[in-house]
Amino acid sequence: MNRASNSIAVRPLGAPLVQERVQISAIGGRAFLLEAPGGFDLAAQRRIWALTQVVACWDDVIETVPGMTNLLAIFKAVPENPDAVVARLVDAWDRAESIDIHGKMIEIAVTYGGEHATDLAALCDLSGLRDREIVRIHHEGTYTVFALGSAPGFGYLHGLDPRIHMPRKTVPSLKMEKGCVTIGGMQTGVAVLTGPNGWNSIGFAELPIFDPTAATPALMTPGDIVRFIPERIEL
Amino acid sequence: MIEVVDTGPLNTIQDLGRTGFRDIGVTVSGAMDPLALKVANLLVGNDDGAAAIELQTFPFRVRFGKQTAFAVTGGGAATLDDVAIPAWWMQMAEAGQVLEVTPVAGSARAYVTFGGGVDVEPVMGSRSTSLRGSFGGMGGRSLKKGDLLPLGETMISGLAAYGFGVVPPLLEMASLFPVADDGTLLIRALPAGEHDLFGADAERFWSQTWKISSQSDRTGYRLSGNAIRPIAPVEMRSHGIVAGVVQVPPAGEPIIQMSDANTAGGYPKIAGVLEADLWLLGQARSGSRLRFVRSSHAEGRALDKAIAEYLKDIRVTSQMVDRALKTISGR
Repeated sequence: MNRASNSIAVRPLGAPLVQERVQISAIGGRAFLLEAPGGFDLAAQRRIWALTQVVACWDDVIETVPGMTNLLAIFKAVPENPDAVVARLVDAWDRAESIDIHGKMIEIAVTYGGEHATDLAALCDLSGLRDREIVRIHHEGTYTVFALGSAPGFGYLHGLDPRIHMPRKTVPSLKMEKGCVTIGGMQTGVAVLTGPNGWNSIGFAELPIFDPTAATPALMTPGDIVRFIPERIEL
Repeated sequence: MIEVVDTGPLNTIQDLGRTGFRDIGVTVSGAMDPLALKVANLLVGNDDGAAAIELQTFPFRVRFGKQTAFAVTGGGAATLDDVAIPAWWMQMAEAGQVLEVTPVAGSARAYVTFGGGVDVEPVMGSRSTSLRGSFGGMGGRSLKKGDLLPLGETMISGLAAYGFGVVPPLLEMASLFPVADDGTLLIRALPAGEHDLFGADAERFWSQTWKISSQSDRTGYRLSGNAIRPIAPVEMRSHGIVAGVVQVPPAGEPIIQMSDANTAGGYPKIAGVLEADLWLLGQARSGSRLRFVRSSHAEGRALDKAIAEYLKDIRVTSQMVDRALKTISGR
């Protein structure tokens, strides 16, 4: 099989999800995804934030998109030597120091349960917990905005209690309502657009999250702290 | 000013997209066939990224409010006051004339540009319509009958009086963009992060012919064929994505993300289409067939260079002819 420079995309067969060393893969010609090794935690994310600041300053990079313990770097042109790009990214990761972003506190009022909590029953089945317990665990958490993406202003929130982790759906909801409070794997968030959504809804929030005409369109910034305040519980 | 006399649904204002805001989750949008958009703009003397109308449903008719240079490229056949216009062509329209564009077999989208470009208010640096976000273009929505589209200022070129056209990219660069004998599209891609987690199915991904399903739109193309699945289920951490990424949801039928794609995803990625081939996909209709061809960064660079040369040639030639015509007509 001809691997040539594409071998950068290769991860050992059957590798566990938690990588032991940093992984770099290509998405098309101009985009490279760096995935941090180790756990899904704030320490890894702080290093991703530091790395993002460095890579964003590279002359040949046009866009950087920090994700959940990963970073997508989009280059202005398809690089002549992709292996050298990989080496530069690995080197930058090795040198990246942790930064601590002191973000603002955002409180989001939530109606737990009710008509929008379309997946609460399934989460009860999966977790073996009662709905009241799930709601309590969710709103007692303190979450850090790790990254924004997927939809305008949508914040990926870290800090979900492992007892209420729930995989994305095999078949996405076709028309999930904007404002649904959702769980996707080990992440939680608030849907910002009405439309197809593979995450699991357990409640609903009214707070506007994005305004394209505002000087700062997105309410959340990486590093912000989010608390969910149970305004109503309809079980 | 241009008046929309008649339009099908989902026709929108698009430029080259709203780049630079993926990190706050803002979809890039932009033309599905950026090459056709660039050509149409160069023909009327605009910057290649000026805003234009992207047509994907018909009928479509517009009436000109004043003398205006226009061009139609991509998959569309045009008439001006019922007189046919050659494909990939620019010329002048007089006030009151009506341009009609009808679909062309084998293509999915047409682009209509006007001298000065469609001058709707930019939002976050782009005039592209974000249908998902409901902003940009005409108030974040598709065009509708009766819309009045403002145009930017422009110089009327010497070319417009005579008309001027180009050889379409698929003819001009036929050797670089081959099509299989049975019409199957050949789409070049690189393996992506989870490619090898698909084990033997990864090879079936490259070898089989996929069909673009009817559940396909500007957001993404769903592919039907023999399902491919990773060796073990994987729950990915959400990460940034770009148009052209080929993701595989649990059901095993891949999705190619297109212009209106989410900025982030979490499904395993088996491949990423080279940017140079995205315009071919932008012109692929649902029901058509494609095969992925394993490519390289080097090939991606070579294709990008060839496309840049093609565009440069159009820019230089049209300016040259324009000057010559102005000289001849004594202006």
